[in-house]
Amino acid sequence: MKVTAQPSADALLLLLDGELDASSAVLLDTEFNKPDLLDYRKVLVDCAKLSYISSAGLGVFISHLQRLQDNNVKLVFFNMQEKVFNVFEILGLDSLMTIVPTQAEALAA
Amino acid sequence: MKDVLRIECSRRNLQQVRDFVRGFLSRRAVPELLINQVVLAVDEVVANFIIHANGEDERQFIDLEIVVSGRLLSIEIADQGDTIFIPKTHVSPDLPEYIRQGRKGGMGMALVNRLMDRVEFFTRDHHTVCHLSKELV
Repeated sequence: MKVTAQPSADALLLLLDGELDASSAVLLDTEFNKPDLLDYRKVLVDCAKLSYISSAGLGVFISHLQRLQDNNVKLVFFNMQEKVFNVFEILGLDSLMTIVPTQAEALAA
Repeated sequence: MKDVLRIECSRRNLQQVRDFVRGFLSRRAVPELLINQVVLAVDEVVANFIIHANGEDERQFIDLEIVVSGRLLSIEIADQGDTIFIPKTHVSPDLPEYIRQGRKGGMGMALVNRLMDRVEFFTRDHHTVCHLSKELV
């Protein structure tokens, strides 16, 4: 699992590459724990290369969502593969998180 | 047709578990979405055994056996550690509340229960065993 952060003026783009499980979730959690995350208006998560997610990976997003919302930082997922979206859907997380098809829609969200 | 795998109790071995299940199902032309669902269910149970039952003690190990008979897929996950670990599988997580609390865990077994047709935990010779099954349709 590789996490690449690309900051811009008001958004932080996080590119996820690989499989997000109970082992690699720690890496992503470290990224979400960085204090400067709250300086952005949006955190955009590019899931194009995210090929797998387990409950530990979902747990990272769930555990930081409220803190982001409380600080007016919007968390938006895009380019999600069908099999990864299916996992969000099975738990009903697709209705609690913002998931859009493209980066353009993520920027506009 | 049957395949077996033994792993030490380290979360680093979860990738090996997923590759094992994926490989078995890919050779049987199972659709990718269904493969991912079975892989996820097995990953969740094994992660629970590694982390919660064995405290990531790499001296302990877990045995997996995967069998397909007709369209029925059966998977046995046997924890060879000494702690009996029977998780609740029918608890439905209150996700808005989890978000409010900033909670990280508590969804794995709910996922397993939704992904598989049948989920059973039981003890055998003072060890915990999990049986998962699903019709591959």
